[in-house]
Amino acid sequence: MSENIEKISENMAKLSLKWLSADDEFPDVRNHNNHMAKVLNLEMYKLLRERVTPNGFTIDGVIQTGVDNPGHPFIMTVGCVAGDEETYEVFKELLDPVIEARHGGYKPTDKHKTDLNSGNLKGGDDLDPDYVLSSRVRTGRSIRGFCLPPHCSRGERRAVEKLSVEALASLSGDLKGKYYALKNMTDAEQQQLIDDHFLFDKPVSPLLLASGMARDWPDGRGIWHNDNKTFLVWVNEEDHLRVISMQKGGNMKEVFDRFCTGLTKIETLFKERGHAFMWNEHLGYVLTCPSNLGTGLRAGVHVKLPNMSKNAKFEEVLTKLRLQKRGTGGVDTAAVGGVFDISNADRIGFSEVELVQMVVDGVKLLVEMEKRLEKGQSIDDLMPAQK
Amino acid sequence: MPFGNTHNNFKLNYKVEEEFPDLSKHNNHMAKILTKEIYGKLRDKQTPSGYTLDDVIQTGVDNPGHPFIMTVGCVAGDEESYEVFKDLLDPVISDRHGGYKPTDKHKTDLNFENLKGGDDLDPNYVLSSRVRTGRSIKGYTLPPHNSRGERRAIEKLAVEALTSLDGEFKGKYYPLKSMTDAEQEQLISDHFLFDKPVSPLLTCAGMARDWPDGRGIWHNDNKTFLVWVNEEDHLRVISMQKGGNMREVFRRFCVGLQKIEEIFKKHNHGFMWNEHLGYILTCPSNLGTGLRGGVHVKLPKLSTHPKFEEILTRLRLQKRGTGGVDTASVGGVFDISNADRLGSSEVDQVQLVVDGVKLMVEMEKKLEKGEAIDGMIPAQK
Repeated sequence: MSENIEKISENMAKLSLKWLSADDEFPDVRNHNNHMAKVLNLEMYKLLRERVTPNGFTIDGVIQTGVDNPGHPFIMTVGCVAGDEETYEVFKELLDPVIEARHGGYKPTDKHKTDLNSGNLKGGDDLDPDYVLSSRVRTGRSIRGFCLPPHCSRGERRAVEKLSVEALASLSGDLKGKYYALKNMTDAEQQQLIDDHFLFDKPVSPLLLASGMARDWPDGRGIWHNDNKTFLVWVNEEDHLRVISMQKGGNMKEVFDRFCTGLTKIETLFKERGHAFMWNEHLGYVLTCPSNLGTGLRAGVHVKLPNMSKNAKFEEVLTKLRLQKRGTGGVDTAAVGGVFDISNADRIGFSEVELVQMVVDGVKLLVEMEKRLEKGQSIDDLMPAQK
Repeated sequence: MPFGNTHNNFKLNYKVEEEFPDLSKHNNHMAKILTKEIYGKLRDKQTPSGYTLDDVIQTGVDNPGHPFIMTVGCVAGDEESYEVFKDLLDPVISDRHGGYKPTDKHKTDLNFENLKGGDDLDPNYVLSSRVRTGRSIKGYTLPPHNSRGERRAIEKLAVEALTSLDGEFKGKYYPLKSMTDAEQEQLISDHFLFDKPVSPLLTCAGMARDWPDGRGIWHNDNKTFLVWVNEEDHLRVISMQKGGNMREVFRRFCVGLQKIEEIFKKHNHGFMWNEHLGYILTCPSNLGTGLRGGVHVKLPKLSTHPKFEEILTRLRLQKRGTGGVDTASVGGVFDISNADRLGSSEVDQVQLVVDGVKLMVEMEKKLEKGEAIDGMIPAQK
């Protein structure tokens, strides 16, 4: 198989070499504001266009989304994606600096630690439910041996779906559930999934469309969830798998317990079928977007902070706690009624336990501050040090 | 290009059944034609530039279509696509172009003097006249597949060719990416500016990649001759003016096109053309002449007559709203144009528009006077 891959790779390399020079082909990213545009230069492009991954992914495939989406003066998007696991190696001259810029100085020699032992989390079961309305942890996983959503074929995508459905079908106990393929969904099923806020749409974001992740929609895509609706898996959306654990209230510990147990079970089931998750000791879990490397984890709460959010020090507190805020509609939405989505800002360089710990400790502190401000008291003595 | 198809040989590790697209809910020409057999036969092929079957059909897989509008559902990535994938494209062309056979020959006639009449459509009814077509430049791949370097080379060639035009064709090029706000405003007011495609039919085929790099608009000083560079095709050429003098519009169209072609030929780049398919364009629906000759015409009475559709069909014409394809008509004003593209010449098609519109205006006038039009219903052209 590997000899075949080499030959295919050679043929692919010949095909992908355009007959025009690097100068002729270099994208105009002078007015672009994304990580790719800030890192890519002509020399780098010249070097990287001679290469191709064994699956045929090229530098133009990596950067297309960043060329097509110049970005926003205030929001720094990544501007590049991986088409397969090898992308991060073959195009490291571009991706290492992008990763470093995006992930707070993470170096090519750094090692990432994985810790999915939820027993290592301290506390987290007592966030005040009068303030913390819901808790959620999500991550992504890629299945080794298959290309990623920007590059995979229909056959690969369906194979990922088939494997996933088989693995998920053997979950039991409180993880027992059902798979809803997007293309066969009944109207009733669709309505229920919408009401549960579980249904995902065909991507409309040009960031995703430009990288080819919506091809062949809805073929091979689906949603699995357990009967209790506390554990949810998206198949073939932005990543092979997106795994979500959630529930109302502030018991983040329980959410994280379920998350770790479920994920570990799923990983075992895949391994039993001869398939591992993409992982290495430098990048942790390998996902489509470089912003999700490492843990790929976003743990967050919906929390009422009407007073705290108006405090002059709110942003500073979040930064010190290594947290970020979003509106309750998700990224780029506004907060409604003083309710914020507060989650970890980091993805790589910290383990899953460490990131959830930051959320648990940070939210506990924010709620304390909120209570102080409600009573008209000062919060100066509560200001945290930089984590 | 466009996306995951650069590993075509790798996909051969999966069986045909595993890779064959699910077209069960689809209603486009590609979906009606493509079978597992055809897919199996063509999937290991590629054109010399690397365009594959999955590239050809991606737009049709991603856009199931509409119960009422039959889209084509496939595109060409280069000139050779029509040859390498003929087992799919010949039947699609036949369905789309009224039974046009693989052995049929297409005639090109850009001699405007062969048009009879066309200079006297009643301007009280015919508000404006317009002829458009597309052209592809030999030696380059097409918008679904071309690289930035190719697109820029096409732009450079196009700008050289267009800036050497003089007389009534003297004009100026406005690249999309360096347009000033004032220029943009003006082009919008003139209804010349084209937007980044939003139609998923186009974006799924990869035609919007790298926007707005290499794209631009050229028009003459009189604003009666306009060229779009690197939108859906390498070149879209448009001649237009207010009123009903289609003859003059067509004259300018033919003369301008031929001048442009001469200049391209001097640079060793002719237009893609062959005697079977005529002018080669990205979408199979635009093969042949690629020509749409039309008018904006007031037909408030005729358009509500029960025989309106039948008359249009017999005259080989189609109607659109004045906002273009798929828009509704406003105030009884319709866009009426030729329905055919392949199998008849430019002169033939514009003749149909000229004669057909003349007849419909006469019918409108009769209906205004409360008279019947039964005796005027034409035979099938």
